[in-house]
Amino acid sequence: MSEPVVSAQSLTKKYGDFTAVDAIDFEVAPGESFGLLGPNGAGKSTTMRMVGAVSARSGGELRVLGLDPDAHGPQIRAQLGVVPQEDNLDAELRVRDNLIVYGRYFGLSRAVCAKRADELLDFAQLTEKARAKVDDLSGGMKRRLTIARALINTPRVLMLDEPTTGLDPQARHVLWDRLFRLKEQGTTLILTTHYMDEAEQLCDRLVVVDHGRIMAEGSPASLIREYSSREVVELRFGSERNAQVAEQLAGVGDRIEVLPDRILIYTPSGEEVLEQVTHEGLHPTTSLIRRSSLEDVFLRLTGRSLIE
Amino acid sequence: MSAPPRVNPLTDAEPTPVAATARGARRGALYVAEHQFRAMFHYKWTVVMTGVGTPLFYLLGIGLGLATLLDADVGQGPGGAVPYVVFVAPALMVSAAVSVATEEFTYTVMSGFKWRRVFWGINATPVEPPQIVSGLVIAVAARMLFGSLLYLALMLAFGAVGTGWTIWLLPVVGVLGGLAFGLPLLAYASSLKDDSGQFAAVQRFVFTPLFLFSGTFYPLEALPSALHWIGWISPLWHASQLGRVLSFGMPTPGWLVAVHLLALLALATLGWVLARRIFTRRLR
Repeated sequence: MSEPVVSAQSLTKKYGDFTAVDAIDFEVAPGESFGLLGPNGAGKSTTMRMVGAVSARSGGELRVLGLDPDAHGPQIRAQLGVVPQEDNLDAELRVRDNLIVYGRYFGLSRAVCAKRADELLDFAQLTEKARAKVDDLSGGMKRRLTIARALINTPRVLMLDEPTTGLDPQARHVLWDRLFRLKEQGTTLILTTHYMDEAEQLCDRLVVVDHGRIMAEGSPASLIREYSSREVVELRFGSERNAQVAEQLAGVGDRIEVLPDRILIYTPSGEEVLEQVTHEGLHPTTSLIRRSSLEDVFLRLTGRSLIE
Repeated sequence: MSAPPRVNPLTDAEPTPVAATARGARRGALYVAEHQFRAMFHYKWTVVMTGVGTPLFYLLGIGLGLATLLDADVGQGPGGAVPYVVFVAPALMVSAAVSVATEEFTYTVMSGFKWRRVFWGINATPVEPPQIVSGLVIAVAARMLFGSLLYLALMLAFGAVGTGWTIWLLPVVGVLGGLAFGLPLLAYASSLKDDSGQFAAVQRFVFTPLFLFSGTFYPLEALPSALHWIGWISPLWHASQLGRVLSFGMPTPGWLVAVHLLALLALATLGWVLARRIFTRRLR
């Protein structure tokens, strides 16, 4: 097996007394699509900044493309493509010029920048907007332009911090399609997200992060298998009654989670649980059987939901 | 190590060669300057109109208007009194460069860190934070030089400058004065998380008083001696005096010329060093 693209051992970041990243270990293999899943403030972005060689670690070991970011920041950054959480396109330049100017920072000639800019605009489906002002683009277009910009140096790794936060569903799907294409080409992707559906769509393997620590690691399917049941029954009895009813339901299914607005019952068979509930003489206002998701994994691991 | 595949949606694009990367790291400041020039091109009319308009209106207004009312000989050259407009012009050139600084080293910086966050984008490339500072300085110094050259051209047209060869050094003094005021301002601006009126305050309570009390329109000696310190701490005064020496040979002892020059260099250097530190602390 070839050397990992990123390898972190006991990687730690402290700001004064606050430990943002608490001795985490992980590796990313070439061509892999690796995700950090966790709520806001879990330490995902801080980890990305350390891997991106723009923030020095406080402790532990870190190698990116075989190099130590403390000693070889520019060499590492030259081979990364970074899509930040907040767009930082230059609104004073037009769409195509944003790509060209950015390519120059990697030491590319103007001719190469211009050629790649045109190809990347095509990839990002923005060819018709080449001369447009950045402020005239929609949120989804800006994100695609930011991704195109991150590819101008043909990086070895593409890092995306919350790539679809704030986008409407349609724009998200367009973006996922583009990222999926990169993944199919064997691109190494490292992304953070607090959307479980995004993690399921894009990640071969992910770590669940909370309070700066890794709670679990695996493929989306294996995490669900390990930390959740096959199915989940969601019952709503009205917010006042949920807690009280939950006591009555003790012993039904494998496990019960009581949320403020609903009760979740984890079970291999949702139908059987529903029958039991009815048999107990309980009549929820709504009931729903669904498959387990990463959201359930997160709930199980941390006792909290991802989006609060 | 066996290299992982490159991210490459470009079917025939070669990976960026390592040599290009090294070049990028070395020339980072020039790329930042190139970026700034492109951005300035976006507001080229502001740059050109203030560059031409400011000297035009000041020189016309003072040369044709104010000067005709003055009886006193304000400025002295080696051969006696010089016309008022000749006395004022070098100081006006310096003020123009300083006013470029109050714009480019304030709002542009806040925009880079906060409003547009452009600096963060550059930060993710091989370019290091001190190179971002250098690139900004190069671009702004170039704009100051452009403005100072226009000033000199108009001074020549209005006969508001002496005749020695040293007049060709005036634009350098303009830039030096602009940077001596501007680089400490750059350091200050880069330390701010937010602009809640500080930049307007700098304009009103630092630039304007210095403009009025730094011997721009009259010699510092015309002020009560209790106020002379304003001139001594003011980059505008040091640069203006230096400009007068170069323009019409204002009699000045050699040690004082050296003090003017050193004061300007010291302020500029101090600002530059601080700005590099603050940029690095913020971006890394």
